[in-house]
Amino acid sequence: MLAYFIRRLLYAVPILIGVNLATFVLFFVVNTPDDMARMQLGHKRVTPEAIEKWKAERGYDKPLLFNEKAEGAAQITDTIFFEKSVKLFVFDFGRADDGRDIAHEISSRMGPSLAVAIPVFLLGLYATVSLALLLTLFRATYLDFWGVVVCVAMMSVSSLFYIIGGQYLVSKVWNLVPISGYASGIDATRFLILPVVIGVIAGIGSSTRWYRTLFLEEISRDYVRTARAKGLSDSAVLFRHVLRNALIPILTGVVVVIPLLFMGSLLTESFFGIPGLGSYTIDAISAQDFSVVRAMVFVGSVLYILGLMLTDLSYTWVDPRVRLG
Amino acid sequence: MMMSTFMPVVLWSDGLLAVLLAVMVAFVFYVRRRPPLIEAWRKVGGSAAGMASATVLLFFMAVGVLDSLHYRPLLPGKAGAAPQYSVEVKSALDALLSDLREKSEKTYSAPLAAHLFAKQTVEMEGRQVREFPRLKHGGAHLADPPRQWRDDLEDRIWVGLGYAALAWLGCVLLVTLACARGVGLAGACVNVWAARTVVNWRAVLITLGLMFAVVGPVAVLAEGYHVFGTDKVGQDVLYLSLKSVRTALIIGTLTTLVMLPFALMMGIVAGYCGGWVDDLIQYLYTVLNSIPGVLLIAAAVLMLQVMIENNAALFATAAERADARLLALCAILGLTSWTGLARLLRGETLKLRELEYVQAARAFGVSGVRIMWRHVMPNVMHIVLIAVVMDFSALVLAEAVLSYVGIGVDPNTVSFGSMINAARMELAREPMVWWSLSASFVFMFLLVLSANLFADAVRDAFDPRLARRVRLPRFFKKA
Repeated sequence: MLAYFIRRLLYAVPILIGVNLATFVLFFVVNTPDDMARMQLGHKRVTPEAIEKWKAERGYDKPLLFNEKAEGAAQITDTIFFEKSVKLFVFDFGRADDGRDIAHEISSRMGPSLAVAIPVFLLGLYATVSLALLLTLFRATYLDFWGVVVCVAMMSVSSLFYIIGGQYLVSKVWNLVPISGYASGIDATRFLILPVVIGVIAGIGSSTRWYRTLFLEEISRDYVRTARAKGLSDSAVLFRHVLRNALIPILTGVVVVIPLLFMGSLLTESFFGIPGLGSYTIDAISAQDFSVVRAMVFVGSVLYILGLMLTDLSYTWVDPRVRLG
Repeated sequence: MMMSTFMPVVLWSDGLLAVLLAVMVAFVFYVRRRPPLIEAWRKVGGSAAGMASATVLLFFMAVGVLDSLHYRPLLPGKAGAAPQYSVEVKSALDALLSDLREKSEKTYSAPLAAHLFAKQTVEMEGRQVREFPRLKHGGAHLADPPRQWRDDLEDRIWVGLGYAALAWLGCVLLVTLACARGVGLAGACVNVWAARTVVNWRAVLITLGLMFAVVGPVAVLAEGYHVFGTDKVGQDVLYLSLKSVRTALIIGTLTTLVMLPFALMMGIVAGYCGGWVDDLIQYLYTVLNSIPGVLLIAAAVLMLQVMIENNAALFATAAERADARLLALCAILGLTSWTGLARLLRGETLKLRELEYVQAARAFGVSGVRIMWRHVMPNVMHIVLIAVVMDFSALVLAEAVLSYVGIGVDPNTVSFGSMINAARMELAREPMVWWSLSASFVFMFLLVLSANLFADAVRDAFDPRLARRVRLPRFFKKA
């Protein structure tokens, strides 16, 4: 078990190196730092001095991979690649354009992100699994048919409309909760209710339909026939046997997103003014703050790989037949 | 010599769209020679939801294709001088809807309104008065809007419905005639309305009827009013919504077209060759996969902006520049989405590789490339087809979100995302400006819903595993 885990960890290393190289190519080779400077300073009438100053402020004035002017080890370390990319591995992200430390910013913004993402995740999972069970219980009836129709319709609505519509109805027409904003501590609840509810509703359509398919697949198995044949009731089979077995693909499917909850949701956070990582990313994108976007890409990849590892572990946990080694 | 009054312009996306249509036509011919495929498509044709959604999709596609025939109109100039063409690129749709396009107002006006939405100071008989000014075009034919408005609307709706009924009856007649072979007209009628035809014409005709009943009145109303109102700079919202359709279609289809060769090649080669090739390809897509999609897209689009900014000289017109950005967005979306399909294809190829017919081909000494091309690829095509139609709706939805975030299409390109983005600011106004948002919602919902339904019909017809899965054991059905 432990050996397997260590091997998985070692597997992750080349992937992270790949991610790192990909971002390096994307951010520094596709466009040179000169191009970026010209873009940010307004591409007309840019003096070479202004470009040099912009680059020096951000530490982009070094050579890309190999510094000929330096001595010894500094030939490698005093380069953009080492300063900007290699240091990501130790979570040293440098400073954003506004001068703040990105690593500190990320750790302080994780809280608000999680405050939205975790309730959305748990409530959403609970709601969709229950709904899917309901549809499965009433399969091949009108309830099932119209349930699936509603699911498909809900899938076809852009998440933007869920947020805009929800904000309009609940906050503006009914005046129940504030439209946007955030407070620390227990005060945050009234700001969080609406984003959480909307997040859950927006996810219902596709997940319910998917889980319903999983349940139906499970129902056509032999053990279900056996259970029915020995006289168990339909609902007993569904809740005691089918649910437990179908939870295996459901759980292993959702485990991969658990670490990504830290990243927050871009849309929800920007619409509701929640100071989490999602809105941080959006702000960085609109301000064209390359270093923040680069840091977020790296953090996101680390979390995703972590999710993959947790998925493997969860297989052994929910399904004793699976042995890793 | 007659001077042509316009210069055709083929933007890159137009060309690729034409390629896509050609591929679709070629695919039809390919299918016609293969009975199993015909059988599967018959299942799609027989499904009511599938055919109804296909009808709606075809309508949207017609709009999109019309909007992809671009040209630059001739500028009026001196006789004998070299012809000068406008720098503004228009499309056939623009020409068709030139009424909607040119009749712009000053600023916001509500749907079907005759007056502007906000009070403005206007000069009347030498005095300054604050009132709701009449629109330049919307309801301009009415002498006394408050009194005539209602009657005029009703008249127009009835006329529109009349046209719709005529058009619909024409379609019914055509379909009946087409199905009349061997059974006579009366028999064809019965067959069509009992849905006993191979293609479920009943669903098509009902959908067409509903569509005509909406399009007819809207078209007649649009001659005198702004049916969906106007936006901040006074553009007709109906026109903007129709223009957004092309952007959505391009994103939804070209992205797949761009990534398909990649996914096919990588998936099949990885599955068939195995060994270090497999490892390498798997490594590649794991790396791409582990970067969260939005962030990868954001990073790539940021870099793209820098590139376009710094090479502005490459593009002759604003349309070309916007088009380049649109295509690049497709490429970036494709880059992030090919991994899923490649993984599916790899898995399927792994299975196929061990089957007898592939083993036999190998024993006969057929080369690996030829086996992959002739024996493996045709047998994974159903996965590709299902993936393509299922991706479409997801991509249309993604475009709106990306454009909203600011990493989507060029600000000059009309798209659902940019419409929503512009309309969002106006929700805070009192009273609210709701129409652009509603219009984009309705259009997007219809497009995505029909794409979803069509995708379901295709998947049901082509995925044998699924067909087995949904068939329930008999004893399990409720009494």
